[in-house]
Amino acid sequence: MTQRAALSTTGQRPSTAMSLLLKGSPILAVILALLLGALIIAAVGVSPLAAYQAMVKGAFGSPRALTQASLRAVPLLLISLGLVLAFRSRIWNIGAEGQLYMGAWAAALFALSFPDLPPALMLMGLLLVGFAGGALWGLVPALLRAYLGANEIVTSLLLNYVAIFWVSYQVRLPMKDPTSFLPQSAVLPASASLPVLPGTRLHMGVILGLILVPAIAFILWKTPLGYRLRVVGSNPNAARFAGINVPLHIIIVMVISGGLAGIAGMIEVAGVHHRLIQDISPGFGFTAIVVALLGQLHPAGALLAAYFFASLVIGADSMQRIVGLPVALTEVIQALVVLFVLASEAFRRRVRRVVG
Amino acid sequence: MSWDSLLQTAFIISLITSGIRLAVPVLLAVLGEIITERAGVQNLGLEGIMALGAFAGFAAAFTTGSGIIGLLAGVLAGMLLGLLMGYFAVTLKVNQVIAGISLVLLGQGSANFFYRQIFGVSQRPPRIAGLPEVPIPFLADIPYLGGILFRHNIAVYFTVLLVVIVWVLLFGTTWGLKVRAVGEHPSAADTSGVDVAGIRYACTILGAAFAGLGGAVLSVAQMKLFTENMVAGRGWIAIALVIFSRWHPGLALAGAVLFGLADALQFRFQALGFEAVPYEFLLMLPYILTIVVLLAGGRRGAAPAALGIPYEKE
Repeated sequence: MTQRAALSTTGQRPSTAMSLLLKGSPILAVILALLLGALIIAAVGVSPLAAYQAMVKGAFGSPRALTQASLRAVPLLLISLGLVLAFRSRIWNIGAEGQLYMGAWAAALFALSFPDLPPALMLMGLLLVGFAGGALWGLVPALLRAYLGANEIVTSLLLNYVAIFWVSYQVRLPMKDPTSFLPQSAVLPASASLPVLPGTRLHMGVILGLILVPAIAFILWKTPLGYRLRVVGSNPNAARFAGINVPLHIIIVMVISGGLAGIAGMIEVAGVHHRLIQDISPGFGFTAIVVALLGQLHPAGALLAAYFFASLVIGADSMQRIVGLPVALTEVIQALVVLFVLASEAFRRRVRRVVG
Repeated sequence: MSWDSLLQTAFIISLITSGIRLAVPVLLAVLGEIITERAGVQNLGLEGIMALGAFAGFAAAFTTGSGIIGLLAGVLAGMLLGLLMGYFAVTLKVNQVIAGISLVLLGQGSANFFYRQIFGVSQRPPRIAGLPEVPIPFLADIPYLGGILFRHNIAVYFTVLLVVIVWVLLFGTTWGLKVRAVGEHPSAADTSGVDVAGIRYACTILGAAFAGLGGAVLSVAQMKLFTENMVAGRGWIAIALVIFSRWHPGLALAGAVLFGLADALQFRFQALGFEAVPYEFLLMLPYILTIVVLLAGGRRGAAPAALGIPYEKE
């Protein structure tokens, strides 16, 4: 189902801000961002061609690279799917990083507390506990916004720091592995290792992400929740008149969005590191914001964007090794991509006004 | 250490003194954002603007050996990102939340990229001299108060002066009246001949200049070096404090000093090895305090009516 058809079924004219998110030119934006990135690379005296060659080779040149990028895309995809729901309601959850940390912590605590659970129960438990950890952390800004009117952008962001320090404390004192000098928890029991696809290093998280894409699309376009999402996002006043309980809606959306970030944290613990570590996420929660926006707040778009940004980071690693350019360049390119998406939409709007 | 030593006068004086010093970068960002938001533009990019300001300030101070030139470089970096924000918010009329978040990434990413490219990564990062302490004659010799208020670097004095300047500018001049009109009722302001777009551009660039200066104070005057993530959420704390201050420079001063004291307390407890509470909890303190303060002060009612809404000329 296309975006436009979906929107028209609500019987609402989408507001300017909403249509901004839906009709930019993501591919053009990516091309322009990479071109501007090339100028920056040239400005610091490196050949852009050599740099991008190293990047493409590093990201797509081997089966190993493709696997790495897929694994890297999983947390980005899970978080951004939740953000698609939140952003469509104009609930600006930028606390996914903290929600990921709380999900990771809860999952590690669960696995270490019940090491003797049979694998099936363990995996179910991890999924639930990871979701709950992130969901509860997302619930805090939701309650503050719904009942006290506090700006969720600021509260969700500030709670990131609290969650990160909480995990630092946990791995330094209560959960620290006594046999290690590093601040990290003990290794999780084997039953808490996510199963991998036979013959690969791809863990169950990849499958989960691929299942969730159509599931979130279904929620968006086939359920009452999806309908409410689109109404609240396009016109909060109309939503109130249509009898939608807006505070409750905010809470539901933040719980789902936080929960998916929590599952992303659980997957990093149970599928990648196999223990709780201090820096469990290199900023997945922030990159996922860009992923959701580049994906035009569409689940399938998020899938493509997640893989694209994951490849960008994997490629940037080898770009750093080969031509010595700092990985931070990817952050610049990510920001440029969003700015170009915004600009392309603005220009398209202007052209439409002149022509029509 | 014991509770007794906590209550010693020397400890309290040094706590308040460093609390005031630590409040400065945040206060600058808050003052700037008050100007921007009073004109109806919400610039959520402060965190990134401060990061780029911190890098530009450090790099300029390192190259020229002058802390003042460092601070000016921070201002310039801020203005550049402010111009970009103005273009997206005023000319392109895009969603300001998204533009602001992209600005955070852009500022942080380019600061980290250029720092690593120019200075590399080493165990001992390069340091700069910073800004000298300038005791104010006679006043600095007042017992207790002299040390707390009158023995600072010039960035501290200048920032306090800016509180007064912004106050007068917004509430005592015709220009300030125009700014507030544009933020409250842009179409009425437009009808009476005020250049809405011009005012919004000016306020966005000015506000970002303040935030860039705040970042530069952080690297040049306080840490005397640049590290990744050194802004550590101060840009977001500033946005919360704008809401707490009800868009007024006077309350902004109070909010920022409160944040500075929490930050100073956290540093002191860590330095003294205060083991009753794990240091991670102390590190959380300023962030939690900011959320509490936001809840205590923040009602949307005080916000400029047209905040975050692009102005479409009919």
